[in-house]
This record gives sequence, structure tokens and C-alpha cells, in this order.
Amino acid sequence: MTRVSAILPERGLADRLSTLFWRRPKLLLLLLISPPLIWLGVVYLGSLAALLLQSFYSIDEFSGVVKEEFTLKTYGELFRAANMDIIIRTLLMSAAVTITSAFVAFPIAYYAARYARGRWKAVFYLGIMLPLWSSYLVKVYAWKLILAKEGIITWAAEGIGAGFLLDTVLSLPWVGGNSLSTSFIGTWLVFVYVWMPFMILPMQASLERVPLSMLEASADLGASRKQTFRTVVLPLAMPGVIAGSIFTFSLTMGDYIIPQIVGTSARFIGQAVYQFQGTAGNIPLAAAFAMVPILIMLVYLALAKRGGAFDAL
Amino acid sequence: MHSEARASTGLKIGAIAGLLFLHLPILLIFLYAFTTEERTYQFPPPGLTTEWFAVAWHREDIWPPLYLSLKVAAVSTALAMILGTLIAAAMARSRFFGREQIALLIILPIALPGVITGMSLRSAFAVMDIPFSTFTIVLGHATFCIVIVYNNAVARFRRLSGAVFEASADLGANGFQTLRYVLLPNLGSALLAGGMLAFALSFDEVIVTTFTAGQQSTLPIWMLNELVRPRQRPVTNVVAIVVFATTFVPILLAYYLTRGGSETAGGGK
Repeated sequence: MTRVSAILPERGLADRLSTLFWRRPKLLLLLLISPPLIWLGVVYLGSLAALLLQSFYSIDEFSGVVKEEFTLKTYGELFRAANMDIIIRTLLMSAAVTITSAFVAFPIAYYAARYARGRWKAVFYLGIMLPLWSSYLVKVYAWKLILAKEGIITWAAEGIGAGFLLDTVLSLPWVGGNSLSTSFIGTWLVFVYVWMPFMILPMQASLERVPLSMLEASADLGASRKQTFRTVVLPLAMPGVIAGSIFTFSLTMGDYIIPQIVGTSARFIGQAVYQFQGTAGNIPLAAAFAMVPILIMLVYLALAKRGGAFDAL
Repeated sequence: MHSEARASTGLKIGAIAGLLFLHLPILLIFLYAFTTEERTYQFPPPGLTTEWFAVAWHREDIWPPLYLSLKVAAVSTALAMILGTLIAAAMARSRFFGREQIALLIILPIALPGVITGMSLRSAFAVMDIPFSTFTIVLGHATFCIVIVYNNAVARFRRLSGAVFEASADLGANGFQTLRYVLLPNLGSALLAGGMLAFALSFDEVIVTTFTAGQQSTLPIWMLNELVRPRQRPVTNVVAIVVFATTFVPILLAYYLTRGGSETAGGGK
């Protein structure tokens, strides 16, 4: 009688390695995780460290050479009136864009979460996802065409006899301008268009998790549609709204292409970063400016965490 | 009963109007590619012509940025697919110390605004005296593409039952055979979807690229320059259509590759 072993004989290196990994799963884990971690650690964290380092350097005002000594002088420059204006302007714009996005996104998210079925579910999914992923510059360019003085909005406004309305809006102080494409209103519209889809997805996710039984219970207890919406749906959707607002706020704050193409000559944080590192050659000040959105977002994230936003992601 | 199954008219109008707001503006890009007016954005176009497609084809300044964009997107996608799959495999199969922190590290490059990623890389190149090149562009792109591949792969890993690997081992396959005959066929479409999304993202990226490209132009940078200082505006529209199509098609394919699962592609950008 020949004995048949339950364990197959080893067939070479591949088998031996398999056995080794089976016995020492940590070794396999280490092999899998090291290349991506080294990449992210060196390239990304290394870069962030370099950013932090540069922001503590300063520039010699006479020679324009970067002085590689620790100083808080560059951060001090952020508090100059002109630079504070840039920061405040950016924050106000980010807040305006976030609030508008929440209002525009809500009906889409609510309908997609509660009422869209079958075919319509797919239509809504693609309808939200395609603009989210499609080319950023093409989207911005489309709005340059729309908002131009000789463009479709002026044409349509004059066509329906509302040209005076457009002129009134454009003559508003501060937000108005020569045409929509050179005003803050234009910048705001494009920001909302480009970043609003990022609000829809987390909103929809949190709305989908509102149990139907709760809505029924609310109705059984005599609440009207409005009351149910205000006291049940909205509070439960709030984490999703906050999660979405993280994206719209952060992305608006860091954007420098949109205000450059559509808007006034007044700068936003992103533009300041770009110009200081480029034409001005002042990398330390650019780095210090780039730290501002990071710090603001850290505060924002801490607040959002309290609001339960991370459960909605 | 108030918990109705049908939406109110107001909500319907709000939802449809919102979707139209998201989609209609793009159509103008197509219309303006055919206009005869090349100095302004006059609407309605005074006349229609197809000559700009030929003009764009013969413009010599468009081809090098197009090649560069394709090259950068291809290399970045390849790198991101390798790194993203590796880290997804590690994150999906085990719990270990620091796992949450690593998950945060992976999404950070696209969670923070592009200007920060760009400025960070720019600072690093300045600190280490690295000259700008195609390589520096790829460094940035691959970094933010990892998360795209990772998201797609990790969702598929989670859905795969551990039992198939045990069955494979019971039938005498070693780890590499399981990888070749069980894991990769199951992972394939998710990886392909992730790769296509990463390609679309890289091909279109402009913010990080402006910080890492130096004197070189990718196609989005070329477009940006045309937007700031326009000449032959309809030609820009022709290029915009090309960029739009090059990102649109992979996104749609990614959707069809992964739909039906709980992990449809594109959920997180």
C-alpha cells in the first residue's frame, strides 16, 4: 500500500514562497504596502513637509534670494491689509458658494435618493457623475462663453426684454461689473457650477439612509409634509450636507483658475499662491499663503466631525 | 397618508432644473466650435462652418501638448494602478496598527485643494533643486491618481469572498496561481475602471500641473493659455471637444464596467 500524503509535495520556488507568506502574513502585508507607502510618504508627505519648511523661510527684500533661516516674518506678512483682504474675500466666496450649492443640490439629491427608481435611478446617477468627472477646464470655458458680454445670457435677457434687469444686477456695488464674466457674480456662478456636484453625492447618501418607517411614523403622528421634512428629514440629512460642504468649501478656497478666467482682477488665495511662487519668485510667502487653507480646513474638519459629517462619507 | 410615493411638483422641477443646470452649459462648447466668428463669443453665431477642425489639425502648437498629456496620463495611470492595487490589497485583507492613518494619507492628495498639492511639490522641488521635467509632472499626477484606483480596487476586494481563495488553496493552487486564476480575473474590471478614471483625471488636470510643469505645456495648460490670451477662439473649442471626449468616454466605460455592484465607479473623486 502506498501512502498518500495529505500535503502535496512542494513544486518549486512559487510554492515555497506561498508557504512562507501563509506562515507569516505580516511579511506579505509589508511587501504589499511598502511601495505605495514609500511613494506617498516620500513624494506627498515629503512635499507637505517642504511646504511647511518653506513657509518659515523668508525672502531677502533687496536681492530676492530665499534666506534659509527659521523666521515668522513671512507669516507676519499675511496680516498686511492687502493680504488679509485676499483671505477674507476667499472665505466669503467659499461660504457663498457652499450655501448656494447646498440649496441647488438638495432637490437633486432628495429626488435621486427617494423617488428615482429603475431607469431614472441610472439617469440621475450618470447625470450627477458625468459633470463631476468631466473636464474641469472645458466646464469653465463653457461658462466664459455663456457669461461673455456678447454671449447667450445678454442675448436671452434682451430677447425677453429683461436687459434692464441684467444692467441693474451688473450695476450693483462690489458684486457687479462691466459684464457677468468680469464680476464676482460670474465667479460665484462658475464656482457653484463646478463644485456643486461634490455636494450632491454625500447628501444623497445620507438621505438614502433616512428610514421610510420614520417618515410613516411622523405622518401617523399627524405631521404635515412640511413638518416631517423640517423635523425629520432635514436633521437626518444634515451630516450629509456638512460632509458635502467640506468639499465645496475646500475646493473653492483652493481654486485659482476660475477667478482668473471669470471675474475681476481682485485676487483669491489660490491666485496669490500661484503669483508669489511664479512671477514674484517669493516661494516662502506662497508657501505661507498655502498654509492658510490647510489651517482653515483643519478647523472646519474638526467642527464637521462634531456635526457627525464623517458618518455620512 | 403623507408619506407619499410620488414627489411633489416643486421637488421634481427643482431636481430636473438642477440636472439641466449641470448639463446644458457644455453644449455651447460644441456650438461655438462651428461659429464663423473668431474674435468674440457672439451669440447667436453669425454663421456656421466646419473649417476650424481642419485649422486645428494643422496648428503645430497643439500636437506637442497633446502628446505630452497622453504620455503623462499613460505613465501616471500605470504607476497609480500598481501602487493603488498593492495598497488596496493590503488594506482590504488585514487590520493593523495605523490603518486609519494610512487611509487618510491615501485620500489626502485629492481631499486637499490642488493648489496645496501643487505648491507642496513646488516647494519640495525648490528645496531639493529638482529641475522641472516630464518626470516632475508625473510625480504629481501619479500621487493623486493612486486614490482613484485604490477606491475601485478596495471596493471589489471587500466584495470578494474569502472562501474562493480557500477553495483555490484546497484544490492545490499556490499563492501565485490563485493570484493568476482567481484574484486577477475577479479584480480585472474594477482595475480597468479605476485605471480609466485615473487616466481621465490625469489627462484633464491643470491646477497641480501648472506648479510642476515648468516651461512644458500639457493640453490643459495650452487651453488655459488660450483662455487667458485667446486667438482663433473656435480652435480652442475644437480642442475642448477633444479633451471632453477623451475624459467622457473612459468615465462612461468605467461606469458600465462596474455598474450593478455596490461599488459603482465614480462615487468618490
